[in-house]
Amino acid sequence: MAIDTVTLAILKGRLEQIADEMDATLFRSAFNPIIAEAHDASHGIYDAVTGETLVQGKSGLPIFVGVMAFAVKAVIDKAAKSGGVHEGDVWIFNDPYDGGTHLSDFRLVKPVFRDGKLFCFLASVGHWHDVGGNVPGNYNPAATECFQEGMLIPPVKLYDRGEFRQDVVDILSANSRLPLSLYGDLNGQINALELGEKRMHALLDDYGDATVAGCLIELKARAARMMRAQIAELPQGTVSAEDWLDNDGIVDTPLKIALDLTIDGDRMVMDFSRSSPACAGPVNISRSTTVAACYVALKHIFGEVPANAGVLEPVEFRIDEGSLLAVRAPKPVGGYTETILRLIDVVFQAVAKIAPEPAMACAYGTINALSLAGHRKDGRRWVMFSFFGGGHGAHAGGDGLNHGNAPISTATIPPLEILEAAYPVRFTQWALRPDSAGPGETRGGLGAIYEIELLEENADVFLFGERGRHAPPGVVGGGAAALNRFSFEQADGWHEPPMASKMVGIRITRGQRLRLETPGGGGYGTPHARDPQAVARDVAQGYVTRDSAQADYRVALNEDGSIDAARTQSLRSREAAE
Amino acid sequence: MSGSAFVIGVDVGGTFTDVFILDEANGRITTAKVPSTRGDQSKGFIEGIASRVTDFGEIRTVVHGTTVGTNALLERKGARTGIITTEGFRDVLEMRRRDRPTTWGLKGAFTPVVARTDRVEVSERVLADGSVLRAVDEREVAVQAKALAEAGCDAVCVFFINGYANNDNERRAVEAVRSVWPNPYVTAATEILPEIREFERLSTATLNAYLQPVVSSYLDRLETGLKAEGFAGDILIVQSNGGVMSIDTAKRYPVRTALSGPAAGVIAATRIASAAGFDNIITCDMGGTSFDVSLVAGGEAALAAQTAIDFGMVVRTPMIEITTIGAGGGSIAAVDKGGLLQVGPESAGSDPGPVAYGLGNTRPTVTDANVVLGRINPDRPIGGKLDRLDIDAARAAIDSHIAAPLGLAVEAAAEAILKLANAKMAGAIRLVSIEKGHDPAKFAAMPFGGGGALHTGALIKEVGLASALVPRFPGVTSALGCVVADMRHDRVQTVNRLLSELDAAELGRAILRDAEETRAVLGSAGVGFSAIDRLVELDMLYLGQTHTVGVPLEIGEEDLTADAIREAFEAAYRSAFGRLLDGIPMRVMNYRIAVIGRRPQLAMALFAPQGGKPAPECRTGTRRVYAEGAWHEAGIYERLSLAVGARIAGPALLEQADTTIFVDPGLVAEVDGFGNLVISRAG
Repeated sequence: MAIDTVTLAILKGRLEQIADEMDATLFRSAFNPIIAEAHDASHGIYDAVTGETLVQGKSGLPIFVGVMAFAVKAVIDKAAKSGGVHEGDVWIFNDPYDGGTHLSDFRLVKPVFRDGKLFCFLASVGHWHDVGGNVPGNYNPAATECFQEGMLIPPVKLYDRGEFRQDVVDILSANSRLPLSLYGDLNGQINALELGEKRMHALLDDYGDATVAGCLIELKARAARMMRAQIAELPQGTVSAEDWLDNDGIVDTPLKIALDLTIDGDRMVMDFSRSSPACAGPVNISRSTTVAACYVALKHIFGEVPANAGVLEPVEFRIDEGSLLAVRAPKPVGGYTETILRLIDVVFQAVAKIAPEPAMACAYGTINALSLAGHRKDGRRWVMFSFFGGGHGAHAGGDGLNHGNAPISTATIPPLEILEAAYPVRFTQWALRPDSAGPGETRGGLGAIYEIELLEENADVFLFGERGRHAPPGVVGGGAAALNRFSFEQADGWHEPPMASKMVGIRITRGQRLRLETPGGGGYGTPHARDPQAVARDVAQGYVTRDSAQADYRVALNEDGSIDAARTQSLRSREAAE
Repeated sequence: MSGSAFVIGVDVGGTFTDVFILDEANGRITTAKVPSTRGDQSKGFIEGIASRVTDFGEIRTVVHGTTVGTNALLERKGARTGIITTEGFRDVLEMRRRDRPTTWGLKGAFTPVVARTDRVEVSERVLADGSVLRAVDEREVAVQAKALAEAGCDAVCVFFINGYANNDNERRAVEAVRSVWPNPYVTAATEILPEIREFERLSTATLNAYLQPVVSSYLDRLETGLKAEGFAGDILIVQSNGGVMSIDTAKRYPVRTALSGPAAGVIAATRIASAAGFDNIITCDMGGTSFDVSLVAGGEAALAAQTAIDFGMVVRTPMIEITTIGAGGGSIAAVDKGGLLQVGPESAGSDPGPVAYGLGNTRPTVTDANVVLGRINPDRPIGGKLDRLDIDAARAAIDSHIAAPLGLAVEAAAEAILKLANAKMAGAIRLVSIEKGHDPAKFAAMPFGGGGALHTGALIKEVGLASALVPRFPGVTSALGCVVADMRHDRVQTVNRLLSELDAAELGRAILRDAEETRAVLGSAGVGFSAIDRLVELDMLYLGQTHTVGVPLEIGEEDLTADAIREAFEAAYRSAFGRLLDGIPMRVMNYRIAVIGRRPQLAMALFAPQGGKPAPECRTGTRRVYAEGAWHEAGIYERLSLAVGARIAGPALLEQADTTIFVDPGLVAEVDGFGNLVISRAG
């Protein structure tokens, strides 16, 4: 059925609004701050047959935009083997190898029926606070199998033809350290799906099923066309970029992520064949997650492309089975965030080589999942779990943003007053980190320093981070940012973990502190071309030290902070001569 | 004293200053519109009044909706401000909540209004439970304050971590600042907002300090200027929450004026609609680049707890909730790379403006589509800046940018632009109504400002609204709002206790004490009220959640009980989310109090047209109008000449100096007893 272009544009807006409203419902009613504050969740509308993403909410976690289609497909396949999909069913699962990310992300999938016939699926994903496993909060840097990371639930029915299955919830609750939080989040996701179904029916009643179905097909075709037009504007040929993960938390050797990016007319090939094989520790990811991460990177660079399966149609992926980027069960995947951040970094670096104008330097590149866990005097367990921020990369238009969120997420950080009110901790510092940004003609954004003191008798500390050995690179001649640095205090003084930014269960006691110093973003363009006035301003504000001004930017300053023009010129001309 | 007693509302906008004058002695209304005076708005303000009032001694009250604060924030023209804060936390303002301006594309930037060098630390610390870990050292504060003063700061904000739980250190620091730096512009963060969440509190308090010198000096000039003309009455300022405050309160809390102007418009719309029998309305204000909507349910405008004036410029005080989307008259239409029509958010604004203005823009806009389809009279442009509009240029632009790539006729392309723009506006209306659980069929759209009345018919059809109500003078709505606004003061206090561990009776007494204090502020403003209302709300949540639900609470003679709080929470939670969560403890995060002094009602019947004429006698001609795929011969009417009860069936165009109203085919417009035009479905 042909859809006129105006109806198409209008329906696109209406469908997006439904997905957005599902996002908003979960954010407001979720229990754990990772969903409520960090928005580590997503909702969308998916194809009845293929599971492909038709429409996705704008406010959910960007990485889920690409990955949810695989999740819905997993349910479609499971249902085909077990009696089919029925009106009133809701499926639930967290299997990371079958359309998932990591075990913390629980997916609910609900079919929408019209006159007894399946029209589409709605799905909700949210990051639960604790799903069992060896480590509270589930970021277990020492995991060598997924069984150490948490419970693994394949697609099962939470509602069977409208009937709620309390037994399923009982199983889930029994496997979590925080069953109340789990219960609250699960209810929030059910609320979101129920609302989505109601809105979907209202829309279908307004416009007719055939019109909406036709619109969904047409939107996909147009997304593909749009992506092809974007690709066709890039120069032809192949460029390569490589970047590294520090280690997998088990074996202390770096892991390579390599991309050979080919532009061939209006098609793009993303070849990851030169990347490391699957590793022992939890930085492996499934193929669907790799594809989703590439989508996120491309959308950051070419902002216009819609959140729709059509976008990936002109992109060919070459990812070796059994490699770090296409892993199978039971290899651990809990730290998937670190690997997808690195994937985004290599895409940014490769694109900067062929299209410097829209490109950005790498952002801080690590999620820094830090948890503190212990018991209060009355025996109650507490788990403080949060992600921390860093700088964004510089770009042709200006310096990077200070203290931003990760490219895969739109998460905000919980207020430190909320954390102090909820957990027995005190922050002793919450500040920008000088010299953490990559130098460049435009400078990266600054990372941060967070220092936390324990107020209870004792606690165990877990960290899952990266960029402790390989700093976020700059692009187009810009410099790298500072390394991630974590240190902790014990009776005999300050220490750093042997795996740099990964650590399991270190015990600290009352009055001892943790200190996390995060990277900034990479620089863009040669630092020696940066306006000396801008460098002097950065020094005056304390963003850049005088030493860095001289060594990295070749700008000499007088005692009062003003530019020493003669020495600056000599520093910079010597550079030119070299 | 002569026979007159004026109450005057003045709304200063970017282009015009609107004045609405009510003579309470005889109920007469006059309005004036004069150019705004950039640089010093008080000049245009006084000139506007002087154009209608000869003896300023006859003015009892002047009520003012101001954009001085808003503009100072948007243009970053506040005072140089210092921050004195807890050691370790000088960067809270700059680090925000670790966000970014847009989800996609990592190219955001943020420059805080206070430079890092003007943010200084002192050693002090309060813990989350309110205990003082380290008392503040007044001498250290004094040294830092002096340094800020010497560096050239005009204002200062004192902000300490966990000050919401105990502000002893903060109060002592403020005294220490004043002791060495006598300065009226010292803001204590907890005085502005004693609420948990450090960034939001600091941002609000800092913006207050940043605005104080600018807004105070403007209000001083205004006061002096009015007095020089012989004025001896009260000056009231409209707050973002839609209530008014005394001029002295405004000087102390200028951040409360961040949305003063738009709030006045919503308040006027609320009153006009209530008088006409419409308690549920959605106000629509269409400007050059944006479309603002807000919801009024049961005669009360919806309030939002906070807003961001710009990325990272968060103001957390109750404000009229205004949802803005990028679809205004100047919004540009384009076809994207996927062949899909787009309208906005890019805008040609009002300069160069639409193609039809002939000021250099060549890309078609929403206004151009309206011009091409005959809905705007090219010989009578609104605002009076241009002599006529260039229809041919608008047609050519739509032809080449939209019609050709989509394979449509020019008229069809123009109508497509309007349909999509209308759909976007409808989306905004859906957002404020359906998403909040309201049924749009129970709401009327109320356009004000210049452009909205061209689109209201379409909104009725698209969203399923019952009708539209076009006020008699849409262009001076905000000035009218100033005259009818109530006086209102809000306050908040963080509690952060489990319901089971809370002394409910004591909480009730604390709320009443605060309410009494707030009421005293109202009493000291010297304004007469017909009634004083008190609203109490708790912010509550289940243990483990981080987002709160607003729980309205009645506190009577009896002691407040935990059971009463629980019941109120469960009712509010159920209506928000449907299902309760049994067995999970509840937490009381904050209490909020609003004290509202109701000002005497303005009789809206004053607006009723006197001696109007029946519709056929107001018809001045016809114009060809394109709608729903065909050209129609639409009658043109002089709107202000229509008598009460006059009915006109669409398609029709009703013209008046400050707006054009399009009645779509299938709709009918009728003048009500207050001079409003009610548009609804025919038959």
